[in-house]
Amino acid sequence: MALLEIKDLTIRFGGLAAVSDFECEFAGGELMGLIGPNGAGKTTVFNMVSGFYKPTSGSIVFDGRGTAGLKPHQVTALGVARTFQNIRLWKEMSVLDNIRVAQYYRLGYGVADCFFRSRRYMERESAIERTSREVIDALELTRYTDEMPTNLPYGLQRRVEIARALSLRPKLLLLDEPAAGLNSADVEGLISLIRWVHEEYKLSIWMIEHQMKVVMSLCQWIKVIDFGRIIAEGTPEQIQSNPEVIKAYLGDENI
Amino acid sequence: MQRYNVPVLVCLAGLALCLASQYGWLDLYVQTTIMFLFINVIMSTSLNLINGNMGEFACGHAGFMCVGAYVSSIVSVALFAKSSYFGEPLLDPSWAVVGMPLSLLAGGAVAAVTGLLVAFPSFRTRGDYLAIVTLAANYIIMSVFVNLDTVGGPRGFMGMKKVVSAMNDVLDIPWMMLWTFAFTVFTVFILRRFLWSSLGKGVMAVHQDEIAAEIMSVNTNRIKLVAFMLSSGLAGIAGGLLAHIMGYVNPSAFGILKSTEAMVMVYLGGMGSLTGAVLSAVLMTGLGEVLRPLGILKWVVIPLLLVLLMQFRPAGIMGNRELADVFPRLRRFYKFK
Repeated sequence: MALLEIKDLTIRFGGLAAVSDFECEFAGGELMGLIGPNGAGKTTVFNMVSGFYKPTSGSIVFDGRGTAGLKPHQVTALGVARTFQNIRLWKEMSVLDNIRVAQYYRLGYGVADCFFRSRRYMERESAIERTSREVIDALELTRYTDEMPTNLPYGLQRRVEIARALSLRPKLLLLDEPAAGLNSADVEGLISLIRWVHEEYKLSIWMIEHQMKVVMSLCQWIKVIDFGRIIAEGTPEQIQSNPEVIKAYLGDENI
Repeated sequence: MQRYNVPVLVCLAGLALCLASQYGWLDLYVQTTIMFLFINVIMSTSLNLINGNMGEFACGHAGFMCVGAYVSSIVSVALFAKSSYFGEPLLDPSWAVVGMPLSLLAGGAVAAVTGLLVAFPSFRTRGDYLAIVTLAANYIIMSVFVNLDTVGGPRGFMGMKKVVSAMNDVLDIPWMMLWTFAFTVFTVFILRRFLWSSLGKGVMAVHQDEIAAEIMSVNTNRIKLVAFMLSSGLAGIAGGLLAHIMGYVNPSAFGILKSTEAMVMVYLGGMGSLTGAVLSAVLMTGLGEVLRPLGILKWVVIPLLLVLLMQFRPAGIMGNRELADVFPRLRRFYKFK
């Protein structure tokens, strides 16, 4: 059974079809890329997969379960985690707290347990802290455990955001332009981080990226969309030489 | 360095207060002021959960106090006192010793349910728009009680003094001081426990980035529901205490002015700081009493102080930090669980 199956995905905002007839399939374990010019609808696809937008038509089946009608937090609980184009950490909460809150879906206790500090609460809370610290250590963020994200440089904030997404123990990780705003040294670090995450956690990664260096060195399979439609797909080598893709990025000479 | 046990210290403080009231070391005026201070602490800490931690602008807090005040008064008067509203008491008045605090809890519970009036709209709207909803809720609640003639309507409801004196007939100790203190400790205690848990941190996550919270598996609607119900429930308890101390409750006492008073305390203490909310409630009540000799000038001096404070500390006294963050040495003296 496929991990993620997207069929005929279409969304219209008013008269504009932002994404039309998008298709995609993850067997599990791939590292796939989604590229396209600005405004092509890449983030819109991610927003539909994570349940934030309701598609006009088409279906998204994750792990054998249709995600139509699910709230974003329910989709996430199924095993889809994501990061954002512009980092969306909770800026006034420590790195540890950021990661603790992200484990909400397996809190395992209720409000009353909070008040009375029941045994269940103590057990769950220490388990949550333990797994949070594990993720922090694994991503080499131990030094920054109690820092506020605002005080961290941009590259580290990215890393914290990836850590937060990983703490959800996803089966599919969506990375929305992970290299945006990073300098070239940070980009090198990010490439090896993503490669390591992919091997270590054995999950599927789907990323949107503009920096060709990142996409070409990481992705096994790339889909290119323009004006909401898939215009090409293939291995990095095939995409690089595809005339349709070059036209979408560089424009048509004849115009 | 020895670590003192907070619960023991709190119990000792409560005992000292009750003894001082019992043996007349504090006169009635000071006692009443202290009780009002505690009520203000409940008011500001519970509103702080919404305005400070969740970042909403709720300006109808007094409405929920009103619900709590009326419900607990009606319950305790109907059960334990002879009144013109309900006639003979349903239970023996001596039961009031146990029943009065339970009636406060009942008032809190009903107020919590009334909190849904704001919680449900908060799923779909926030910020200024939600502020209007809370304001509307305050007015709706006030109008309901103004028009409920069976409990006095605009004339107000009374008879709680009889309940308190029935309690004193059983055992002559300062009951109201005891319960006001106990419920204040209870409020701060459960708020502290809630806000320090991973579940409670979700409230801050909703404040700082609601979209990220939803995507990171936080059920934001549930968080809002819990926060609003908890906040209004605690406000209800504060209202019930106030009604029993005054022996009289009137809907017009719970208008927008009372709500503003709670908001001033939250913003003065610093949004999202529990100790800040406690501190500012103490400060505001204290200032109000200390400056009493100034007469009407008091209402020039206190607002002026507020303006000056906001000029030099725009984030409030504590900002969003706690006392232990500002003075880390305090941590050596206590351990809080």
